[in-house]
Amino acid sequence: MSFRVAASPHHHARVQTSTLMLKVALATLPGIAAQLYFFGYAVLIQLALAVVTAWSAEALVLSLREKTIVNRLKDHSALVTAVLLAVAIPAYAPWWIIVLGTAFAIIIVKQLYGGLGNNLFNPAMAAYVLLLISFPQQMTAWTPPTALQAQEQSTFDPVCLVFTDFSCAGYSITQLKTDVDGRTMATPLDTLKTDLTNNKTVSESRQQPMFAEIGGFGWNWVNLGFLLGGLWLWQQGVIQWRIPVAVLVSLGICSSIGAMVDADQYASPLFHWFSGGTMLAAFFIATDPVSASTTAKGRLIYGALIGLLVYLIRTFGGFPDGYAFAVMLANVAVPLIDAYTKPRTYGHKAKGSE
Amino acid sequence: MLIALLTLTGLALIFGAILGYAAIRFKVEADPLVDQIDDILPQTQCGQCGYPGCRPYAEAIANGDAINKCPPGGDAAIKKLASLLGVEAKPLDGAQTPAIKRVAYIREDECIGCTKCIQACPVDAIVGASKQMHTVITDECTGCDLCVEPCPVNCIDMLPVPTSVERWKWDLQAIPVKMVETN
Amino acid sequence: MASLFQQIKSGMLWDFHGGIHPPARKTQTSQKPLGRLSLPERLYIPLRQHIGVAGKLLVQPGDYVLKGQPLTAANNAMAVPVHAPTSGHVLAIDDHPSAHPSALPEPMIVMVPDGLEQWRERQPLDPEHISRQQILARIQDAGIAGMGGAGFPTHIKSSASQGVDYLIINAAECEPYITADDALMQTEAETIMQGIDILCDLLSPKAVLIGIEDDKPRAIAAMQAACGNRKDFYVRVVPAKYPSGGEKQLIQRLTSKEVPAGRRPLDIGIVMQNVGTAFAIAQAVLHDIPLISRIVTVVGETLSRPQNVLALVGTPVGFLLDSCGFVAEAKQRVIMGGPMMGFTLPSLQIPIVKTSNCIIAPTDAELPTTGPELDCIRCGACAEACPATLLPQQLLWFSKAKDHDKLKEHHLSDCIECGACAYVCPSEIPLVHYYRVAKAEIREQHRDELKAEQAKARFEARNERLEREKQQRMAKNQALAAQRQSMLAEQQKQQIADAASRVETTAETLSKEQIIAERERKKAEARAYQAAKAQNQVENPAETKVEPAPATEVNTDTATDPRQSAVAAAIARAKAKKAGISENAEADEVPASSATLDSDKAADPRSAAVAAAIARAKAKKAGISADAEAAKAAEVSASPIALDTEKATDPRAAAVAAAIARAKAKKAGISAEAEATKSEDAVAGAENTTPVDTEKAADPRAAAVAAAIARAKAKKAAEATSTITTADLTAETAVNTTIAADVPVAASPVADAADPRAAAVAAAIARAKAKKAAETQQEPSADAEINQITPETETKAVAAEPAVIEASTNVVAPTDAKKAAIAAAIARAKAKKAIESDQEKSE
Repeated sequence: MSFRVAASPHHHARVQTSTLMLKVALATLPGIAAQLYFFGYAVLIQLALAVVTAWSAEALVLSLREKTIVNRLKDHSALVTAVLLAVAIPAYAPWWIIVLGTAFAIIIVKQLYGGLGNNLFNPAMAAYVLLLISFPQQMTAWTPPTALQAQEQSTFDPVCLVFTDFSCAGYSITQLKTDVDGRTMATPLDTLKTDLTNNKTVSESRQQPMFAEIGGFGWNWVNLGFLLGGLWLWQQGVIQWRIPVAVLVSLGICSSIGAMVDADQYASPLFHWFSGGTMLAAFFIATDPVSASTTAKGRLIYGALIGLLVYLIRTFGGFPDGYAFAVMLANVAVPLIDAYTKPRTYGHKAKGSE
Repeated sequence: MLIALLTLTGLALIFGAILGYAAIRFKVEADPLVDQIDDILPQTQCGQCGYPGCRPYAEAIANGDAINKCPPGGDAAIKKLASLLGVEAKPLDGAQTPAIKRVAYIREDECIGCTKCIQACPVDAIVGASKQMHTVITDECTGCDLCVEPCPVNCIDMLPVPTSVERWKWDLQAIPVKMVETN
Repeated sequence: MASLFQQIKSGMLWDFHGGIHPPARKTQTSQKPLGRLSLPERLYIPLRQHIGVAGKLLVQPGDYVLKGQPLTAANNAMAVPVHAPTSGHVLAIDDHPSAHPSALPEPMIVMVPDGLEQWRERQPLDPEHISRQQILARIQDAGIAGMGGAGFPTHIKSSASQGVDYLIINAAECEPYITADDALMQTEAETIMQGIDILCDLLSPKAVLIGIEDDKPRAIAAMQAACGNRKDFYVRVVPAKYPSGGEKQLIQRLTSKEVPAGRRPLDIGIVMQNVGTAFAIAQAVLHDIPLISRIVTVVGETLSRPQNVLALVGTPVGFLLDSCGFVAEAKQRVIMGGPMMGFTLPSLQIPIVKTSNCIIAPTDAELPTTGPELDCIRCGACAEACPATLLPQQLLWFSKAKDHDKLKEHHLSDCIECGACAYVCPSEIPLVHYYRVAKAEIREQHRDELKAEQAKARFEARNERLEREKQQRMAKNQALAAQRQSMLAEQQKQQIADAASRVETTAETLSKEQIIAERERKKAEARAYQAAKAQNQVENPAETKVEPAPATEVNTDTATDPRQSAVAAAIARAKAKKAGISENAEADEVPASSATLDSDKAADPRSAAVAAAIARAKAKKAGISADAEAAKAAEVSASPIALDTEKATDPRAAAVAAAIARAKAKKAGISAEAEATKSEDAVAGAENTTPVDTEKAADPRAAAVAAAIARAKAKKAAEATSTITTADLTAETAVNTTIAADVPVAASPVADAADPRAAAVAAAIARAKAKKAAETQQEPSADAEINQITPETETKAVAAEPAVIEASTNVVAPTDAKKAAIAAAIARAKAKKAIESDQEKSE
């Protein structure tokens, strides 16, 4: 008989990283379902491509780094990165976009920085930004919801589009984006932005079919799906409330101010909350613990910063949606935020009164 | 053209004078480099660096000697020196770092009281008188080895400092687990 | 808003940051009656079971001890004794694995109980009628140290001199599994209250707060009932949350106060005692039962009968487990303490100590061992759980990077090692372990820094001292050189004056033989003078006799302060010169300087003082022996000296022999009256070189060289002597050789220090010479009378040896062959005279 010597505590909550990551991946399901419904099953192809690429890339780098591959793949962090990138890019983006993006996210942004826990930036968002800057045409190729498309989609269209850039009938993405009236449609945020630069008012712009009562048509449901998933994560204790709430409140405040100043120029909070990737960013991307702030106060600041940046980029920037940029910029600010929001340790006086 | 040249020259002279004056007037009395280096060195006075004590080595470093000649200080001291002097940290020169802390013990039965070790000890950590048995004040011993060589009867041992409960470093792997036969 | 005191009185509770809710698993033991055990075969009682120092051991192996008999005595405020838990024999006192996470062996008393449970005499005290001091003394003598886990001596905690607002009784017992305090409260609530009463007498707090977690309803009821109508006793039921039993956390929960970092609760008017400690105090004071047993929760799914047991201190854990039906798994873990902060035991022989409240033997399913440590994902769960509001993940980074400055900046020292962070960590990182290692490293680093500082100070002090000594030596040498020159100048005059005074002094006392001897001496002197002249070295002969007594006095005075010795010596020298007894002063200087050497060698001021004292004693002894020998002087003739040389054959005895020779030479000199002073001169002259010798000895190489030179000179001197021998009387030769032999022999200690081989050579030479001397001396020294005297003198001299050793090594190292030659000449003369007188006598 021998005895095992171990360090205390000998008790453990048994909440494991892999469980947490798996839950994050699962929580994207409502949002994915909404995308599936409104934009076709191309998103599933993207997901499959992303996951396979992520796992291969992770395994490759881990083997190069001489680490145990299986154990680390089991932490599901690569899976989460893949899923988030897959749902963030346009569903009909060509296949190499997602493969390139995921590989970049895993190899460069995550593993080259030291692997899980050491990356400065959110891998999915860094990859998204890379793709957006490098391939703006493909990355803005969001087709309108299938219901609004002029052409009827055939069963294999998504496959054809992703792998050949053309539908089975031979239409390109651009052609698919054209509505019955022959106008090119984009995402609601894009459309709004274009319209506003064309001296239309918000309400005028929102008369178009791709807009719904709140947010954009289809997009509001996708956002709702992510909101649901996020709430479930919060209920499960996987994420804390601070970052999502801070993001949404900050975005809400900014857009309210804008709307109050000039409702014709600036869209309402509800529109912002339920358009683009707001909910995805607030609940799934900003809450990525590795690249977020770690202190309680710091997380509020971090979230608020993202909300503010999203609004600024959407309203005044060159890109229709800005959450990827916002998250990356906030990532950069994290060390600073952490340094200034160190909580007061028990038995110590607050920083100022020392 | 000439005016411009003169003006510039004048300005240069004026500002130069101001700067020069400021340099003297507001001179910051910094802690001399040697003192700062000396503070980092472990003060074992062992002479393993080739200098007779820590301070001479500190002076040598200040004059450009290598920073990796201090085995008792180890990598920690080298790192600190590197950051102080803004140079690259180098691995320890030549000899291996003594992994375990050791102190000198005199086998007192064998000591002939020659006082050689007393004279060798840089920190006066050995007590004894001529023809009297000597002993090491282990608390003061820096483990520099300098007393070992002079001893004519080789009665000085460098023994590892025994681990006590207070100084234990939570090395759980090192705990000997007793194997008990089960019936 | 109501004042804090009113809020506390009204039952308000506060919360602390973080905390966790691990499954409590207390019901398997909390509802069961307290188990009582049979006596184990052996008891292992560690000498130290608390924070502080062990007491002084009172028993020896084989002793029979009674139950409750102290085994150690507290000889220090931080010491608390340990007692025999039952009656029996002490089997051994040796090192066994300790009840510490390291399980490092610590001294323990191994006892074999005899099963009689015989108590020592007990003296219960009545707290109403005894002083505070007596109660505190009883608490200390009963060996009570905090029973909550830390084991801080209770008498110190209870002897607060400053005002105490709240006495908090910690009965929270927040760790899972443990129900020892619960069981104690259920069964002994009344005694606990008596203990709290005694603590109130000692501390006079404004209020007593008894903090119990809400998962112990029976204990709460019992305590509330026991409180009765005591004023300002409040049982506070706090919602279960780990670690509310932590001292700082319970204070925060009950009073909202925070203990400032690095301070004690007493600084904010709070004293906290464990409920078990209160019970132990009552037992000790009211029943005189020292702390020899405690309630231990023995629990875990590998046990068939988990329960609380009353265990004697020293009971091996294995015995406890076996009593509760222990069936071990493969790779069994046995945890002493709770699952959160307890430590695993590597052996079941480890005993229960005063702070052990729980033994857990879990199955692996019950408390699963953690999986492999994964990467930190910075999720922040640890920071949410930390009761000290630290940032555990930052601390982890810095611990891994060994960045001690950053760790301090992030208040690592405020970590209470509760384990909440590691409990919640999804990556299963043993965070607390990292912190403990880092803390130990920081402590070690701090120690190293202190040591480096000390070493630096000592090194600098040493350099200063060496420099000072060098200066002193230089000053001394200069003074000597000046002196010598002035003497040289007066040499001729002195010779004349010398002769005149000699005639004067001798006229009164000298007998016929002595006048003859005087004539011989003159011859010898002339020879010596010629020899000296030939070597360009002339020593001044002194006119008056040497008086050893004043010399000794000066020695003792000067030796008291090493630093002043040189000064004193210089003064003495000046005086001596004035008085015309320069050799005397020289003689002074040498013991004094040897004392200086000694004290210098001593490592610190205290030992310097000791060394000085020793030197003083030696100098005194030397002086006395010199006196004694001086008294004998007239009786001793020159010939015994030759006999003595045989003794000098042993190199180790060389110094001794030298001392003896010197003493005899002195005696001989005295017996030979005025002439003898010449011999003294020679010796004194030799002494002049001593400082040089010692200086040389500081450098091993230089010493070797010196030794070699000395050897060479000695040889020369010996040769010179032997040429003279042919012409002179045999006895004379013997004496000559003696002195000549002295040269190498005396030099040999110097050589010895530098090179053992050189010493051996020197010794061999000396031996050879001595032998020769002895042979030549045989016949003339056949005189029976002299031989009879010899042993006596010898013994005397030998008795004086140890004392003189040091001085003599220095003094009689006449490495200068010139002086040796003079000395030889003088001695020859003396010997001749002595033999002549002997012959006359025998006639």
